[in-house]
Amino acid sequence: MGAHGPAKGLMRWVTTTNHKDIGTMYLWFSFAMFILGGAFAMIIRAELFQPGLQIVEPEFFNQMTTMHGLVMVFGAIMPSFVGLANWMIPMMIGAPDMALPRMNNLSFWILPPTFALLASTLFMEGGAPNFGWTFYAPLSTTYAPDTVTFFIFGVHLMGASSIMGSINIIATVVNMRAPGMTYMKMPMFVWTWLITAFLLVAVMPVLAGAVTMMLMDVHFGTSFFSAAGGGDPVLFQHIFWFFGHPEVYIIILPAFGVVSQIIPTFSRKPLFGYDSMVYATASIAFLSFIVWAHHMYTVGMPIAGELFFMYATMLIAVPTGVKVFNWITTMWKGAMTFETPMLFCIGFVFLFTVGGFTGVMLSLAPADFQYHDSYFVVAHFHYVMVAGAVFSMSAAVYYWLPKWCGKMYDETMGKAHFWISFIGFNLTFFPQHFLGLAGMPRRIPDYALQFTDFNTMSSIGAFIYGASQILFLFNVIRTIVAGKPTSEEKTWDGAEGLEWTVPTPAPYHTFTTPPDVK
Amino acid sequence: MHLQAKRLLKLTLSPVLLLLGLLSTGAWAEEAQRWQVNMAPGVTEVGAQIYDLHMTVFWICVAIGVVVFGVMFYSVFTHRKSLGVKPADFHESTTVEIAWTIVPFIILIVMAFPATRTLLEIYDFEDTELDILVTGYQWKWKYEYIDENGENISFFSNLRTAKSEIYNEDNKGEYYLLDVDEPVVIPVNTKVRFLVTANDVIHAWWVPALAVKKDAIPGFINEAWTKALKTGVYRGQCAELCGRDHGYMPVVVNVVEQEEYDAWLAGKKAQAAEIKALMDKQFTLDEQMAAGKPIYDQYCAACHGLNGEGGVGSAIAGSPVATGTVAGHLDIGVNGVPGTAMQAFGAQLNDVDMAAVITYQRNAFGNNMGDTVQPIDVYNFKQGQ
Ligand code: HEC
Ligand SMILES: [Cu+2]
Ligand SMILES: [Cu+2]
Repeated sequence: MGAHGPAKGLMRWVTTTNHKDIGTMYLWFSFAMFILGGAFAMIIRAELFQPGLQIVEPEFFNQMTTMHGLVMVFGAIMPSFVGLANWMIPMMIGAPDMALPRMNNLSFWILPPTFALLASTLFMEGGAPNFGWTFYAPLSTTYAPDTVTFFIFGVHLMGASSIMGSINIIATVVNMRAPGMTYMKMPMFVWTWLITAFLLVAVMPVLAGAVTMMLMDVHFGTSFFSAAGGGDPVLFQHIFWFFGHPEVYIIILPAFGVVSQIIPTFSRKPLFGYDSMVYATASIAFLSFIVWAHHMYTVGMPIAGELFFMYATMLIAVPTGVKVFNWITTMWKGAMTFETPMLFCIGFVFLFTVGGFTGVMLSLAPADFQYHDSYFVVAHFHYVMVAGAVFSMSAAVYYWLPKWCGKMYDETMGKAHFWISFIGFNLTFFPQHFLGLAGMPRRIPDYALQFTDFNTMSSIGAFIYGASQILFLFNVIRTIVAGKPTSEEKTWDGAEGLEWTVPTPAPYHTFTTPPDVK
Repeated sequence: MHLQAKRLLKLTLSPVLLLLGLLSTGAWAEEAQRWQVNMAPGVTEVGAQIYDLHMTVFWICVAIGVVVFGVMFYSVFTHRKSLGVKPADFHESTTVEIAWTIVPFIILIVMAFPATRTLLEIYDFEDTELDILVTGYQWKWKYEYIDENGENISFFSNLRTAKSEIYNEDNKGEYYLLDVDEPVVIPVNTKVRFLVTANDVIHAWWVPALAVKKDAIPGFINEAWTKALKTGVYRGQCAELCGRDHGYMPVVVNVVEQEEYDAWLAGKKAQAAEIKALMDKQFTLDEQMAAGKPIYDQYCAACHGLNGEGGVGSAIAGSPVATGTVAGHLDIGVNGVPGTAMQAFGAQLNDVDMAAVITYQRNAFGNNMGDTVQPIDVYNFKQGQ
């Protein structure tokens, strides 16, 4: 590698502008946050193991639910996909690096201090943010702990980081594709990220606006969200969910991309309906802007609003269905093998679809009057977030790890990770559907006695799921340290795409001269 | 069929069958049961409609799931490299793509009809016969019955579960966390409109059996209605995160026959009239001390101690406030100390009780102020601020 190799020591990581280094840092950072957010979840589930208060007080419980949500969404899932984008997009489109490498460095290095700040609020007077990750006003303004100011600052920083990250991805995909790599030849992962990046650029400023208005309400005497001063608490929810609904697609679209890469590989058959996948992704992105108030059916909207948001939301099932059908048809008449990445993808398709079903149920406004803010919703979004985003991320790591480090992971351990996750996950979240339908509200530290059995079951599942992630960490570290070396360019015989044409492990610089794409 | 495919069929069907078994275990009681896995239709027309909608969509999803997952698992079990299969090469079919865009769309339209119908029903506020103003407080509910003649009656409804049950020092009662000191009472077969609002943060008033969930938003008044077709006690909880004790503000609705409701209402009105009569009365210090003690013990002692020694709240014995001006003392009693556990009791205690408890604090535990606070003093204080 000589002069073109990485610098040595700590400064390599601080000053790096290399997309692979930055991708690696993003991935490790997001895994650290995944463990932290997971630890919060374990506290929540431990408290809910039995009725009554055993371990924590309600104040602290609320801090845990809030921090769990914030850390998982903004610290674990989003950065993990940015890390994946950093590693893979240049290699998939035949570019030497990201278009804006210095900004890339900055957008990563904003994150660790931001989350350190957010986590430190746990030790401050008044405690960490306790108003839920959706931070509805006025609970998050007039009635918030003092640390809300740090929270607002943190959200601004995360937003800045995300916007920089997405501008970088857009710039890279638009400008740096190898000759011959037309848009309709791009791998699905690149497509889904391109669309995600546009969503991010569109909605992160909206979130920034919301928290800025909160800041004004808290410190400068305005009343955006206080009826007493002429404002409106519901306005907050409209703004939040205008960001929040696209946000859930920001999380899931890259996951769709990953699955669309991996299923064809292990089916040894090209992705079915590539074009329709692109159009479906674009339609989902468009629809995601006009459905936000389905989170607010019970706020007292006029009936015309209810109907509009209900119909629009139901529509999303169409392009989402197309995706699922395409994945399954890709498997159809393939010659499948079931290495760990494929197992996670099949798990993804199965469980994400279950989450999609409950999504359709939730879209129906009248039924939502019963489901809303109950454990049914908690079950629904963990099916799409965990079995969706996290499963696909696990698949991605196993799939590309050999390419990243030139070592093979332990397949048996990988499969064990999948099966334990799968069982633990379902044991945790499937009973939560029942709890919600029987009437258990979300975000409560204690519950009526008839909810005991399923809560206990759910907590046991959560501990199993949590433990399986330690196995994952162990497997990854073991691979890097002592995995069986591999130098095959194509780790998987069915894999297609430019990333499989570079040497294994991928050298520090790839595609310094652009490849020819036919 | 392949052996494996058969095994697979069994595997996929068994959880479905299990679920079916659970779903069909007879009619649901109105109260949540142990091991309950499904929504209950409850005791209203709308609730039954919502339940039907829920079940329709559920079965549609099950049907789609059986087909889609059936195809997927069939493929997973038969189209394997280990069985020596050679992969096919197709990757496109416009016809198929169009079909699976249109078919789901049609299914959605089928779902939209009953959903729209039920929604219109929920939004139909014609002919309501009784109005109750529901106000969420951190962390209790207040109910006010709107009376044409302006003779509204109102009361607070607090969690009745003892701290010792919550902290596992005592056995938990049957209605653990779902019991209140004073339930809201409504007549059966009557279309009751709830006007829902809040005093501080957003709450949500939810009673599953009555099929009502509505956000209680400070500064705004939302409407919801129910018509219970069966008498009974129906329980629910606050559904919107509202701070520390969000898990501890249940809703209990007592649906009774019309006659029983009338009697209850008359009793409430008589009580209110009694208090009104007492407003003008001048009490002696001894009378106020005797009246104040039980109120203190019930409402204040948990934080201030039975002997005024303090605890969560500051000590009342020798307190500068309790031995200071009456106005200053009333101010804290009526308005509380914002940002502390000392809440505003102005709305929760009527003026007669407030006068008694303040007098008690000023003259018990060695605080010998010798002054007597009268109901009219509290009234004047409230008017003056
Ligand atoms: C949930 C706990 C709680 C309950 C119940 C409660 N208080 Fe308090 N009270 C407090 C706290 C805490 C303070 C101290 C507030 C502060 O920091 O200034 C306080 C302070 C006071 C003070 C001022 C004492 C001083 O010296 O500063 C008065 C007077 C008072 N309470 C009256 C009452 C009355 C009357 C009741 C019953 C109707 C009552 N409190 C019930 C928690 C409570
Ligand atoms: Cu949404
Ligand atoms: Cu609440």
